[in-house]
Formats: sequence, structure tokens, C-alpha cells
Amino acid sequence: MAINFDDVKNIWVYAEQRHGKLMNVALELIGEGYRLSREMPEGTKVCGVLIGAEEDVKPLEAELFAYGADEVYVLADPLLKQYTTDGYAKVLTDAIEEIKPEIVIFGATHIGRDLAPRVAARLDTGLTADCTRLDIDMNHYINFLETKTTCNTKGLTPEDPKKDLLKQTRPAFGGNLMATIVTPRTRPTMSTVRPGVMKKREKDTSLKGEAINVKVNLTAADIHTQVVDVVKAAKEIVSLTDADIICSGGRGLGGPEGFNLIKEFADKVGGVVGSSRAAVDAGWIDHSHQVGQTGTTVKPKIYFACGISGAIQHLAGMQTSDCIVAINKDPDAPIFEVADYGIVGDLYKVIPQIIAEWDNAEDLLAERSK
Amino acid sequence: MAYKIIVCAKQVPNTNEIKTNPETGTLIRDGVESILNHDDANALEEALKVKDAYPGTTITVITMGPPQAVEMLQECLAMGADDAVLLSDRALGGSDTWATSNAITAGIKKLGDFDFIFAGRQAIDGDTAQVGPQIAEKLGIPQVTYVQDFQIDGNEITVQRALEDGYELIKVKTPCLLTAIKELNTPRYMYIKGIYHAVKHDIKVWGAADIGVDLETVGLKASPTNVFKSFTPKPKGAGQKVAGDTEKDLAINLICSLKEKNII
Ligand SMILES: Cc1cc2nc3c(=O)[nH]c(=O)nc-3n(C[C@H](O)[C@H](O)[C@H](O)COP(=O)(O)OP(=O)(O)OC[C@H]3O[C@@H](n4cnc5c(N)ncnc54)[C@H](O)[C@@H]3O)c2cc1C
Repeated sequence: MAINFDDVKNIWVYAEQRHGKLMNVALELIGEGYRLSREMPEGTKVCGVLIGAEEDVKPLEAELFAYGADEVYVLADPLLKQYTTDGYAKVLTDAIEEIKPEIVIFGATHIGRDLAPRVAARLDTGLTADCTRLDIDMNHYINFLETKTTCNTKGLTPEDPKKDLLKQTRPAFGGNLMATIVTPRTRPTMSTVRPGVMKKREKDTSLKGEAINVKVNLTAADIHTQVVDVVKAAKEIVSLTDADIICSGGRGLGGPEGFNLIKEFADKVGGVVGSSRAAVDAGWIDHSHQVGQTGTTVKPKIYFACGISGAIQHLAGMQTSDCIVAINKDPDAPIFEVADYGIVGDLYKVIPQIIAEWDNAEDLLAERSK
Repeated sequence: MAYKIIVCAKQVPNTNEIKTNPETGTLIRDGVESILNHDDANALEEALKVKDAYPGTTITVITMGPPQAVEMLQECLAMGADDAVLLSDRALGGSDTWATSNAITAGIKKLGDFDFIFAGRQAIDGDTAQVGPQIAEKLGIPQVTYVQDFQIDGNEITVQRALEDGYELIKVKTPCLLTAIKELNTPRYMYIKGIYHAVKHDIKVWGAADIGVDLETVGLKASPTNVFKSFTPKPKGAGQKVAGDTEKDLAINLICSLKEKNII
């Protein structure tokens, strides 16, 4: 059922929680929603939407306020204890139809990408997948196109007829192409956003508010799937998206043992271990370490790419890192085209030297300036 | 027990081989081969495994695309699918995921009853993962996405749905729609009898009128999302190569540069 344009206001963020713990991307999107809402007509708010069992979601309200949510909506019911597509899609669609947000954004997690299309289809509105950038302000957007892309901006002015629409930018064709998508005729505008690309706001516990409980109308008969069990993989959790430093290894390691060196390197520099897909496909390391288009998108302070050639799908997941260091024995490897610092050499010889000298940085620099 | 299975598949350019023209921000598609989308091959394989286990099971592959997408359907038939349908019509061109799901839903309705639908999680050209769930919604049936393990017993399906850090074990009854990921299985190759079948088989090509879809719900004009701009990212620009004659010098020079710039 389409929603009337004139009635809509505010930005909703689906504040995804699992077993009473907020997903990081929920806070990133509150931060992004906050920024966007301040570029929209005065009074536009960013609202966090919690869905789940009361005991799981109630304790999360304060966190959403502290990270910048102007309002928090709570959709609680015992039937929502476990995520189910049917249950969550029903209560969220009902709430959207009742309260009429202008924009609804989700983290592009396995759950967000399951829920969002179902809700968008029920509302007959547009949904843009896996966005890596959102804009309202036209000047910002034009500046982005001019500085970061090859787009010809001739004829695009701050007074463009589409200036008030949410401009949703996403990679396509394996990162070869970028597109900005708008939803001009239906509301709400909906998007899923890649985890790890938007910035959280500084936590401020003095920010408080009263959450709004939304009445949910759900019966067991509405839910057609049964979650029998949730199994946590018995693998070490790598939080690539939170890491300040990532040391990634690729096929250039030559074998699974290579990751011992990468791990030693990561431990030394206070980082975590990442990898290319080739190393995952070879069975040298678990998929949870994979960086790239079909892995995790990361934006650490330093990204060390060791024995990684720099395929476009890998670059798609790490090229916005603050500083990229590449170690590769092939001077023509494409990774050097994005690296701030490139070392041409054998990683098995170079990395042990970096490990050996890492703690001496201050002295080395002092010596150098003498 | 024999099942009626529908598989949704898409012909996609091999994005590995695609190059872009940075001046115009467009794709250079010349010479790029078209392939059966990876996740869809996993969806078809899982359907074929059900057919192996339950003789009499039939598999119909449905796709939407330009006329040359029949090549991809022939490949599906050669792998062992029984029947194939191509939805192809200018009126369907430029559809976004919402409009695409309207067209495919209409095609599936015309095919009649089914037990379940298997689609790939996402196509490598758009990477949206939206069309499967949107078809399920339009058909009013439950969905399970990111399926990494599949079992069927009568009308009850038990699947593992992959999460970032594990999986959920889910039970769902037919009819339903599932989307496959690569962890589910390894797709088989075409085989001789299949290829023979593919060559002889008459692939149905249906236009918008054949599936009776409302023209207000398909194609570029009806799509709720529009492309505003498309472009290529500017290459970040190469930085410097670290100088040094020995590995030790290289390491020291790198560390000094990082320290100097306050990166560490
Ligand atoms: C749909 C799709 C999605 C994909 N998604 C991803 C993704 O998410 N992430 C990803 O990473 N890839 C992805 N890929 C794969 C990608 O195209 C590349 O195949 C992959 O990134 C290559 O990994 P690599 O750089 O480790 O291996 P290679 O390309 O083989 O590179 C190995 C490098 O190591 C160097 N080397 C060898 N020995 C040494 C040594 N002793 N010291 C130093 N250097 C050495 C070589 O010079 C070479 O440059 C995807 C592909 C497709 C089709």
C-alpha cells in the first residue's frame, strides 16, 4: 500500500539486535541518519527502531539515544524473540504504514537483506541495496562526484529538481561501476547500507529520551518459519570492521602456514588478520577473514596487503582505508596503484624485518632526523 | 514423493572480465562472456539433487532477460532441468528489482502449482539479493535466504540459513522460496544426454501479454528506483614506493614514514 508523499517525515534506522545485543551497523546508521536529518527540513529526526522480545530490546534504548537517536520506537512481543522474516516484516510494515517515515535504512547484514526487500515489496516502494554512501545535500554530493569519481557533473546544479531526494550510491558490476539511485515517486525511500562504511557518533550518555512503544499486532499464525536452533560457529570472531590495523594475506603466502607469519605480524602491530578471497578459496583461512566485495568492507587506519594482487573485488572492500601498505614481489601488481606505501619484495623476507623493527619507530626516526 | 520445483536464474556478464571506460563511466561489454549467475547454479544444483533422490520430480527454470538469455537456459537444461521459460519483452526492459519481481511472479503464476522455488541469493552484476524475497512476498509464500544446507521430507523443508557468525536451523513447509549461497553445493557439469535434451527442447519465450502482467508494474517507467548518475570511482592514485636496498632498509624506511606522518 503506497504511502502519501505529504504525510511522511523523519529517518528510521532499523536498529538490528541479536539476542539483546545491538549490531554495530545499527549505531553507524544512527550516526549517518543524524547527519542526513540535519540536512533535511528543520525538525527532521533520526529514529531508531527496535524489534524483538521486550527483555532483549528495552535495555538497548539508552544506547540508541546516547549515539544520537532523537527518538526510539520499540516494537516488542514474545513472538519476536527470534528473528523471523514473517514476524519482523509484519510489525515493521504496520509501523511504517501507521507512522509514515520518509526514509528507512537497514544494515546490509544477512538479516537486513532478508527483511528489507520483503517490507519494500509489501509497501510497493523502492529499495536500494548495499549502499556505501548516502547524500541529501546537493553541494556535498556534487563535491563527492568531482573529487572522488570520474563523473561528468556538467549541468548538475544545487538546484537540480531531484535535490531533495536521498541519493543512494552503491557499487555494481563487481565494483567496476558505481551508481547513484533515487526513489522519486514512492515513500518511504528504503536502503540497505554496508556495515563498516558509515561513522558512529561519539557516545554521549547525557543524551536521554523516552522510547515510544508501538502496539504490535502479531499472532503465531502469521509466522510460517520455525527457528529450531541458532548455532554459533565455533570459530574465532574476527572483528575486521572494528580494527584499526588489518594485516591481510593473499595467495602470495603460498600456503596455509603463511598465516602464522601474518598472525605474528598482526599481533606485533596490534591488528587483526584479514585475507583475500583466493586464500579463503584455497582453504587456508576462514571466510570470516575475507575482505572485499563478497567479504567484509573495512576502513582501518592502516591496511597491510601482503601477497595480494589487488583485484577489483578486493579493492572494493578496502580502498577507503586511511593508509594502505602493499608488500608484493611483482612491481606491476595493481595493488600498488592504490597503496600509499608500496614495498616491492618477498613478504617472507620483508615482514620479519618490519616485526623486528616495529617497536623502534621512535628511535629510528630520531636517528634519521639527526 | 515427486516435487515440482521452479528455479529462478539470471544470465550475467562475467564481472571479472569487465572493464570500464573512465571517461564516460560506462561498461565495456564487448567480448565479455555471459554466464549463468554463480548462486543460481547452486540453486539449480540443489533442485537437481532433489530430482536425483525423488524420481518424477520436475524442474522448470525461469528467467527474464534479452533473447540471448536462452543460451543460459540451454545450459540449465543440459545440466538436467526439464523445462525452461524466458520472459522477454521490451516492456520489461529497465525494470528494477520491484518491477522484475512483478514480472517473474506473473510468469510463475502462469506456470501453475509448485512445491518450492529455489533462487540464487544474488546476481553478480547487481548484487542486490532483493528479487528472491520480493517474489516470495508477491506470491504470499514464506522465504528463507542464504541457504547453506537443505533437506526435504514430505512437505517439510529443513535448512541451515547462514549468518555472519554461524547459522540458524529453520523448518518451513511448502510452498516456499529459498535462496542459495555457494556453500550449499558444487554445481554439476552439463552431461551428454542433457545437452541432447537442451538442443531438442523448445524453450518457451513469453512476452508481457503472455503472462498477463499489468504494464503499470513493469519496465523502466514503473520502477520505483531510478538511476540518477552512474560513474566509475577515481583511482586513489598511487603513493610512493618505499626505497631501500635490503629488506631491513625497506622495513625501517616504511616505519619511519608511518611514524613521521603520525600514522603510528
Ligand atoms: C563475484 C566475485 C567476487 C569476489 N569477491 C572477492 C572478495 O570479496 N575479496 C577478494 O579478495 N577477492 C574477491 N574475488 C576474487 C578476486 O577476483 C581475486 O581472484 C582475488 O582477490 C585474488 O586474491 P590474491 O590477490 O590473494 O591472489 P592473486 O591474484 O593470485 O595474487 C597473489 C599476489 O601475491 C604476490 N606474491 C606471490 N608470492 C609473493 C611473495 N613471496 N611475496 C610477496 N608477494 C608475493 C604475487 O605477485 C601476486 O600479486 C571475487 C571474484 C569474483 C568473481
